[in-house]
Amino acid sequence: MYRYDEFDYDFVQQRVAQFGDQVERRIEGDLTEDQFKPLRLMNGLYLQLHAYMLRVAIPYGTFNSVQMRKLAHIARKYDRGYGHFTTRQNIQYNWPVLKDVPTILKELAEVEMHAIQTSGNCIRNTTSDQYAGAAADEIEDPRVYCEIIRQWSSLHPEFTFLPRKFKVAVTGATTDRAAIRVHDIGLAIVKNDDGDVGFEVHVGGGQGRTPMIGKVVREFLPKEHLLSYLEAILRVYNQIGRRDNKYKARIKILVHETGIDEIRRLVEEEWNRIKDTALNLPLEEVDRINNYFAPPTFETLDATSRSFEVKRFEDRSFATWVRANVVAHKKLGYAIANISLKPEGEAPGDITDDQMEVVADLAEKYSFDEIRATHEQNLVLPHVKLDDLYDVFLGLQEAGLATGNLGLISDMIVCPGLDYCALANARSIPVAQAISKRFADIERQYDIGELKLKISGCINACGHHHVGHIGILGVDRKGEEYYQITLGGNANENAAIGKIIGPSFAYDKIVDAVETVVNTYLEIRDSAEESFLDAYNRVGMSPFKERLYA
Amino acid sequence: MSLQIMTANRLLGGGVVYLGENQEWTDHFTSAKAVEDKDGAAALLVEAEKAEANQIIVGPYLIKVERNEAGLQPLSVKEGIRAKGPTVEYGHGSKANSHGQAKE
Repeated sequence: MYRYDEFDYDFVQQRVAQFGDQVERRIEGDLTEDQFKPLRLMNGLYLQLHAYMLRVAIPYGTFNSVQMRKLAHIARKYDRGYGHFTTRQNIQYNWPVLKDVPTILKELAEVEMHAIQTSGNCIRNTTSDQYAGAAADEIEDPRVYCEIIRQWSSLHPEFTFLPRKFKVAVTGATTDRAAIRVHDIGLAIVKNDDGDVGFEVHVGGGQGRTPMIGKVVREFLPKEHLLSYLEAILRVYNQIGRRDNKYKARIKILVHETGIDEIRRLVEEEWNRIKDTALNLPLEEVDRINNYFAPPTFETLDATSRSFEVKRFEDRSFATWVRANVVAHKKLGYAIANISLKPEGEAPGDITDDQMEVVADLAEKYSFDEIRATHEQNLVLPHVKLDDLYDVFLGLQEAGLATGNLGLISDMIVCPGLDYCALANARSIPVAQAISKRFADIERQYDIGELKLKISGCINACGHHHVGHIGILGVDRKGEEYYQITLGGNANENAAIGKIIGPSFAYDKIVDAVETVVNTYLEIRDSAEESFLDAYNRVGMSPFKERLYA
Repeated sequence: MSLQIMTANRLLGGGVVYLGENQEWTDHFTSAKAVEDKDGAAALLVEAEKAEANQIIVGPYLIKVERNEAGLQPLSVKEGIRAKGPTVEYGHGSKANSHGQAKE
């Protein structure tokens, strides 16, 4: 894992002190809210519907047990005993009071955490594949480049006040688990025909009110040119991106209006000017950062584990959990264990302080002290021996964290919605809870198979509804909550934006509507092997529409 | 003109508050002072600006309400949720109170 050097340490300490001073001046009346707002946003502090909300960064989703225990402590001491994992590998606290926030940031800094780049019109925290360093299909560990991007972007004077927020995601695997094609810049680590490793660069993806799939601006970028190329893209965006209308200010609009060919020409022109300057990545620096992400000392193990197989045979609930939540590891005898934060009928992404402590203990004991946060609002223990999986399962089960529903219909991405968010039009969490209860039968969920359902409470699309196989968008119709359904979205390497099926449904009708869509799929699928998305792509919208509006 | 009250968030705690009958800021929606005319709304705004300048509240605005036999009621779903807190239990059974307001 990355550890702070002297520069990082000083930078975070300075920021904590600065913000402490700014809060004091705000409370004393030396700063107005208009003056204070951009400062608090630079430190992850929002004012939401009922209270302040502090968003804490978990850079590229990687953290350890000490950090998780600190998050638990903050939830207990300064909040209401829980935290909420977000769709950008961050954690949010929903009830901090203003005067405590500098102390919270100070406590976070003690364990090398912060809330920087979680808000505002800056380059936000770079997100990544939650299985980085563990996935069997990985070309290289993407976190090395996420960290390099962090170091380049955190204090970049040119990109501190961009037209709008700017999100970058990196994947190092052939399967895209980081949704890179719906980011402002998406980087896929690829190998070219000569066997060299570099980046395929996507630009102009995003969700929100104008969803777009990113376009390939460069098919192969040698690794040493990563920063100069990013700088060229950001410079073009910063110079000609719109600032007159916040809804037209993201780079996706610029790419769309200008055309990818012209954007490519401008970026390449700028890049050719700057590519052989100080921005070239020195190999020794890449190696230095690479060392932080060196694989743990894995044991040499057999591919199978007898004790694991026996327990799977004996304990049906363990077998169910393994079936959904355990994924192959690149190292024989190890597995990736996913921890679902979507138990039946609960708020997706929420976790209590006590549960955080349990995850910390399990990570320390069984997963080389590593934890990952996913953009799908779950957690991961990335390196667990097959021999240890049953003990991990029992620990999770005791803490109410052993729901075996990963990738199934109840494993929804859900924004906080109108229960918390000042921007929302409609509630998301109660809809998710009702869907989770309606589909509570796990065998039914397995029969339905992989189905990504995503819910947003407004068009800002924090719940990623545009890329849900089934997407739900909350809208305001004359002061009442209504929900629009989209079908056919996809966030992986075959990314697609879902299409609206028709008129929206009232709050008390939306769960029935989802069930009708699912039942239609079950009736029309070729076989149990044909997934919801495959069936939709084969037959299109019509059969779903006919049933839904009959 | 429809019935209106003044709401804001407390600066220190962030909790939802309403301007009451005696120029105090109350956590209780039903204790808010309701006005029906332009002059009344302007007076609420003056009080709110004063409280904002004194670092008591932040982001004040007027909301439309109605009065029935149970007293004042918010008209929009959003203001209903602001008044009562999240409609969902949160934190998977944490010790949290799902219907409270932020601490002072």
